[in-house]
Amino acid sequence: MPFRFTETAIDTAAARRELLDRGAGGYVSFEGWVRDMNEGQEVTRLDYEAFQPLAVKEGERILAEALHRFPIKHAACIHRVGSLDLTDMAVWVGVSAAHRGEAFEACRYIIDEVKHRVPIWKKEHYRNGDSGWVNCERCAAAPRHSHDHEHDAA
Amino acid sequence: MTTAIAPVYGLILAGGSSLRMRRDKAALPYQGKSQLDRAFELASRHVVKVFVSVRADQLTEPTRAHKPLIVDSVGGEGPLAGIRSALQSYPDVAWLVLARDLPFLSDAALERLLADRDPNLLATAYLSTHDGLPEPLCAVWEPAAAAALAQYQSGGGRCPRKFMMNHPVRLLEPSDRHALDNVNTPEEYARAQEDLDSSAQTHPMRLKIQYFALMREQAGRSEETLETSSTTPEELFSELNARYGFTLSREQLKVAVNSEFSDWSKKLRADDAVVFIPPVAGG
Repeated sequence: MPFRFTETAIDTAAARRELLDRGAGGYVSFEGWVRDMNEGQEVTRLDYEAFQPLAVKEGERILAEALHRFPIKHAACIHRVGSLDLTDMAVWVGVSAAHRGEAFEACRYIIDEVKHRVPIWKKEHYRNGDSGWVNCERCAAAPRHSHDHEHDAA
Repeated sequence: MTTAIAPVYGLILAGGSSLRMRRDKAALPYQGKSQLDRAFELASRHVVKVFVSVRADQLTEPTRAHKPLIVDSVGGEGPLAGIRSALQSYPDVAWLVLARDLPFLSDAALERLLADRDPNLLATAYLSTHDGLPEPLCAVWEPAAAAALAQYQSGGGRCPRKFMMNHPVRLLEPSDRHALDNVNTPEEYARAQEDLDSSAQTHPMRLKIQYFALMREQAGRSEETLETSSTTPEELFSELNARYGFTLSREQLKVAVNSEFSDWSKKLRADDAVVFIPPVAGG
């Protein structure tokens, strides 16, 4: 399936092969990595979880939208779940197309939509021993901003 | 001297092209009857005579052909043409205008619309519960609206809602917030059928709830099966929130029923699986 989850490290070489196409003149990918800092807090690791039945449906819808909106050949996305360490890859997006411009645009579209729409959550663990669900904890104190801002790990 | 109040006839608008439904909306069956038949019979219980509004090219379609028709004669295409053509055909009559895609519209809602009608204004209409704007296709249009609509259209106006917002019209808050829900897509149609079929269902019923992320931690479980008399995700959330004291408010959450995003007001059925979705953070 072009949108899927994995509990182990993302195999980008295998994923990339699925996008090969004789009509493709290029391939663009995006990798989201676990970073050591978010919103001024020192992060030590992340837990990802997803509501997979709906997440896969919504992810597939996003890929279908990208194929419809941009003249590209293939698109795919793989997301990790489980516990991730710093520098681990949390998400991979790949797009092949006849020309680079569309591949860049479609790749950007897919990662932006995935971050906003797919039911995936991450819990940050901090150096000071605290932890928190990204986009959920502070918003609980400031309700009106829940879906309008994001705190990028990638 | 008092002015005689115009009698009311019914007009079912059936002229649209149903682009989003991918099939003719007028022929969609609900509980064994087409939408058009349902709307027609509903209106017939409240006014003395009911017509179906059609475009000239729909005259021979079987769903519509056996009903009294008013064919669009003025105003181009669309709902304004239907309303204006009816007002022109019977200049002394007011029209109870109904879109045919209102499967939840009840006798009570029509009774109230007619009872609260103000014949001295141009129309009486319900306000939409979705956006608070007038709903011109569930409304009584008075004879005096004919001239104002002609003028509005000759000035370039095309939208009956905008017309209502800028003219003297009586607006009513609907007492049933779903009465005016309309049906434009195959998904909405499937749901409307389910809702109508399950409205007789007995409660309480058993539901399965799954929890994720912050919700899972605060509920202290990842799933549970619940006997409940809640009938919508909205009610179910209130019930569970009272028990677990979630820190996220209903406005911050989305909801899924049977692994698909859902409205908070969707009618739940026995054994549905419900998930409350906190703000997401993939990537």
